[in-house]
Amino acid sequence: MKKEQVPQDSCKSYSGHKKLIYAVDEQGHYQGVKSSGWEVEGFATEMAVQAMDNELEKMKAAFIAGEVSPIAYYMPLFRFDLMSLAHATGFFQWQIKRHLTVKVFATLSDKKRTKYCDAFNLTLAELQNPVINS
Amino acid sequence: MTPIENTVTHQQSSHCESGVVANMLNSQGLALSEPMVFGLSSALTFVYLPMVKVGGLPLIAYRMPPKSIISSVCKKLGVKLSSQKFSNAEQGMKALDEALAQGKLVGLQTSVFWLPYFPEDMRFQFNAHNLTVYGKNAEGDYLISDPVFEHVVTCRPEDLKKARFAKGMLAAKGLMYVMDVPTEPVNLAPQIRSSIKKTAKMMSGLILPFFGIKGIRHLAKKINKLDKKSPQEAGMFLANIVRMQEEIGTGGAGFRFMFASFLDEASTLLDDKALFEISQYATEIGDLWREFAMKAVLYCKKRKNISLQDVVDSLELCADQEVILREKLLQWSK
Repeated sequence: MKKEQVPQDSCKSYSGHKKLIYAVDEQGHYQGVKSSGWEVEGFATEMAVQAMDNELEKMKAAFIAGEVSPIAYYMPLFRFDLMSLAHATGFFQWQIKRHLTVKVFATLSDKKRTKYCDAFNLTLAELQNPVINS
Repeated sequence: MTPIENTVTHQQSSHCESGVVANMLNSQGLALSEPMVFGLSSALTFVYLPMVKVGGLPLIAYRMPPKSIISSVCKKLGVKLSSQKFSNAEQGMKALDEALAQGKLVGLQTSVFWLPYFPEDMRFQFNAHNLTVYGKNAEGDYLISDPVFEHVVTCRPEDLKKARFAKGMLAAKGLMYVMDVPTEPVNLAPQIRSSIKKTAKMMSGLILPFFGIKGIRHLAKKINKLDKKSPQEAGMFLANIVRMQEEIGTGGAGFRFMFASFLDEASTLLDDKALFEISQYATEIGDLWREFAMKAVLYCKKRKNISLQDVVDSLELCADQEVILREKLLQWSK
């Protein structure tokens, strides 16, 4: 890539930041060039962010409707999935799936809830009663 | 509290790990560019692990696993690397403060998600982000040289603590490291040759079809079968590859440009024209990877003039050209 070709597409996900890209000058020698983003990369990033946001919206609605436990809401909020949350809490994925239900969550001990508090960086009170901002 | 500010040369980098190493060594007078650090550590590779899922999508990487750049460069250059992990977060923060008070620059492994200075859309659960702490201001906030940012940043102690001790995959467990450069000058020439040889050897892949050129072809086959999936699923699969290649800690084209930059610098250093030609070849390969990313995204956008076969062909072309690059590198480093 030539340095004039380094994209400057002002990607939304960069939030005004710039990244360093290596590109060549006329002689084919490299130098670092700052880039405000590439539209292609931005599309892929936004697709991933959109998927996570959709999941969050879905879980938010389900939580408000009383269909799922607070963990189901917090999991996408903190950008976790079942596997990463399992690694972060030490629970098995099947255990977490159960904890996502209102019924099982209600029976969880404080000790188990604290593991989620640590992963989400929340207090017990915050874990049990999420403040949902729209 | 009394502020501490140790001398740091903050240079923005493409990738966190190579950037931290370059910045920490440069700050101590051992001048090395980021691409040189990347090349010397033979960090360039390709990995496609369909059975390891991250966010429900397969793991794809264009470089060696975290920490390999740090350890390999320090070993090659005779830099003394002292690293520590902690079971207790308070102790980990205390050790950081002590090292800063001794005038050290301290490298840390952290979780991207818990660093508030990252823009929202760049924050995700990834626990192997590297940065350098170079001091503490009067308010008690840490002074940080984060190599992927243009300028130095600050971070509150409680946030940094959370970022260092976040649990999960690749958990840092508070990992901190200090580097001490050797007193004798380092001769890079033999190191350059051996690291290029290692990169070339790794490119062919191991017995398993997940690494190097074999891995690329395996991924191409997988893409070929995407038309059996829903457009949504196929789109997510392709976008994930593009993200791993362009967004996640890279200078673009899955580190191919950074590697070419290393070859370019090495050719100047060794006054070797042949190596410069290989660098130009590697640049063309980087361009091919960018073309692949573009086609993949165009397919996601359902542009009629791009078929799945075009995307596959584009990736196969990258593999074909990397076969030739490998031969050139092997020939050169013989």
